[in-house]
Amino acid sequence: MTTMTTRPAALENLATKLPDETLRKWLRDMLLIRELEVRTMQAYQNKLIGGFCHIYIGQEAVAVGTIAAVKPTDPIITAYRDHGHALARGMDPKHCMAEMFGRIDGCAKGKGGSMHMFDKAHHMYGGHGIVGAQCPIALGLAFSVKYHDEVIEEKTSNGVTLCYLGDGALNQGSFHEAMNLAGVFNLPVIYICENNGYAMGTSIARGTTMAHQLTAKADAYGMASASIDGMDVVNVYNQMKPIVDDCRKNSCPAFVEIRTYRYKGHSMSDPRKYRTKEEEQQYEEQDPIEKHAAFLIKEKGFSEADHDAMVKDVRKQVRAAIKWAEASPIPDISELYTDVYADKWGPYTGTSESSMLGDPEK
Amino acid sequence: MANLTLVQAINLALIQEMERDDRIIILGEDIGVNGGVFRVTEGLHKRFGEKRVVDTPLAESGILGTAIGLAMAGLRPIPEIQFEGFLAPAYDQICTHAARMRSRTRGALTVPLTVRVPIGGGIHAPELHSDSPEAVYAHQPGIKVVMPSSPYDAKGLLISAIRDPDPVIFFEPKRLYRAFREEVPEDEYTIPLGKARVVAEGDEVTVISWGAPVVQCMTAIEASGKSIELIDLRTIYPIDTQTIVQSVRKTGRAVIVHEAPKNCGLGAEIASRIMEHCFLYLEAPIQRVTGFDMTMPYYKKELEYLPEAERIGKALAEVAAY
Ligand SMILES: Cc1ncc(C[n+]2csc(CCOP(=O)(O)OP(=O)(O)O)c2C)c(N)n1
Repeated sequence: MTTMTTRPAALENLATKLPDETLRKWLRDMLLIRELEVRTMQAYQNKLIGGFCHIYIGQEAVAVGTIAAVKPTDPIITAYRDHGHALARGMDPKHCMAEMFGRIDGCAKGKGGSMHMFDKAHHMYGGHGIVGAQCPIALGLAFSVKYHDEVIEEKTSNGVTLCYLGDGALNQGSFHEAMNLAGVFNLPVIYICENNGYAMGTSIARGTTMAHQLTAKADAYGMASASIDGMDVVNVYNQMKPIVDDCRKNSCPAFVEIRTYRYKGHSMSDPRKYRTKEEEQQYEEQDPIEKHAAFLIKEKGFSEADHDAMVKDVRKQVRAAIKWAEASPIPDISELYTDVYADKWGPYTGTSESSMLGDPEK
Repeated sequence: MANLTLVQAINLALIQEMERDDRIIILGEDIGVNGGVFRVTEGLHKRFGEKRVVDTPLAESGILGTAIGLAMAGLRPIPEIQFEGFLAPAYDQICTHAARMRSRTRGALTVPLTVRVPIGGGIHAPELHSDSPEAVYAHQPGIKVVMPSSPYDAKGLLISAIRDPDPVIFFEPKRLYRAFREEVPEDEYTIPLGKARVVAEGDEVTVISWGAPVVQCMTAIEASGKSIELIDLRTIYPIDTQTIVQSVRKTGRAVIVHEAPKNCGLGAEIASRIMEHCFLYLEAPIQRVTGFDMTMPYYKKELEYLPEAERIGKALAEVAAY
């Protein structure tokens, strides 16, 4: 069993020791996520994107700050509000857009859509559509890292897995099963609850016990925990880094609540009857991107001109990504059966595939 | 009479049943204040209050488990699951408890609940939000499975489902929610479970379908210019074998149309029943026009996956000409 440690409130400002270049990259990453999301909403309204679309605007500092605190080879996994994590991890926005457009060059060949951002090269194990169901999968990722280290390769990569979940996922059985197993197996996995206050229209206070102190969930499983303000990327990094280091060193799990806010509706069709305009405004006033830009300008010799150039550059990148994605072909019908099984037609040759392809023999 | 969409017909049925029977409680994720993902329960929270229209946390297994307990205690819960894909976390509760409680207690305890679940593709959604798992549940003895294909049927079938003494899964084809309107009586009426509807009479080929593809079948039949009999099952389990058999004995030819994958789809069961009862009447091999044996593809490809009118039309021509 892990010993219970609750993070001290006052922490060293680790971020200020990082090169300026890194701190600027955080700003660029957050700007990229936001710009992509704004364009995604437009593309959705222009019917270029099908299905459901969950926008990450407001939560950028969470993905960027936590991913900065791990190594690029540490696995990450999340739910369906996944564009931000994919980009922060290094997915090219072209592939992200193409996926949403249902095109062959999407990260899942246009077969998955917005909720299914996968990027194996960047150790991003997906967006997942069933709330909470990624929690046990994260256990497997963490287990496999450990198994590789201890059994197969006898080295110490000491990878740490990050598993993101919404506050709504706290109410799912799969989350609790996963927390228990993480404790029992002592796996290096960090459950990051992005507490944006709502699961669709249900506020956390209506749906979750101990909403005022979510670290209590970790206490029940004997796990280290912390509650972090997620509207400031420097703070997210500073608080996450020692937790990650600790999990890496001691090969143990942790749970963190990161308090944030999604500025937009749950998905593209959300009347937002469950909250007030004033509340939304209050959070928008603490915008993590503006805060970080102001910090860089005040403390790190970043000029207004640098800022403008960065914004322009990001816009250009996203515009190019959209153009590229629109030019990418729609998958051919013969693509549909690929990847159902390892063998192209799987064990069911002769059942339905040839009629799909219009074979007169059926 | 009112000219209603399928959503409105269900909403009306819920209101009327809740007014008639105060044992009815509806519960689900965001069904109250927000009126549900598809706004099917719009207005009910205001009308009946939060004690009878209960917003639940995000926990399908918990929702179904709670509903089963309520039903065992004599109430008439109507849980909503947002999409058919999210029935998976609740599968355990449905199939290991709801379906078996009557048998397990030899009738001492029963579970008269109706689970409302949007089903099927055609709304540009990805997998888990576009699937057709009706056969999975039809395979489980102890529950009934219903799927309307029109506003009129939706109201009458839902009222029957709610009043039924056994657990019913009431699948609502999303694609038809707002696809068209139909005259729906304002007075209450019921349509018996387990009874199919002959939508169109004909003597050349029998087409058997249910849910959203019924509409595609109608288009295909009209375009074919042939005399074709269309049967809408309405209830998937128990299945109305008699209506099917009577029709196929008359036409000698059958085409079965469903959205779910072909392999182990309900079409296989129906074809088998036709073989058992109509073997000597058959003039052509039975054809199935179905989804394919794969995960439901994302929206750019969904119409190629779904049994659309054109594909149905081809099968009709082939079977008729055989
Ligand atoms: C098992 C399951 N139930 C219901 C849903 C429908 N649904 C999608 S997102 C969501 C709310 C989740 O809220 P939260 O976990 O807080 O994440 P957030 O949307 O805030 O990022 C619901 C109910 C689903 N996808 N999976």
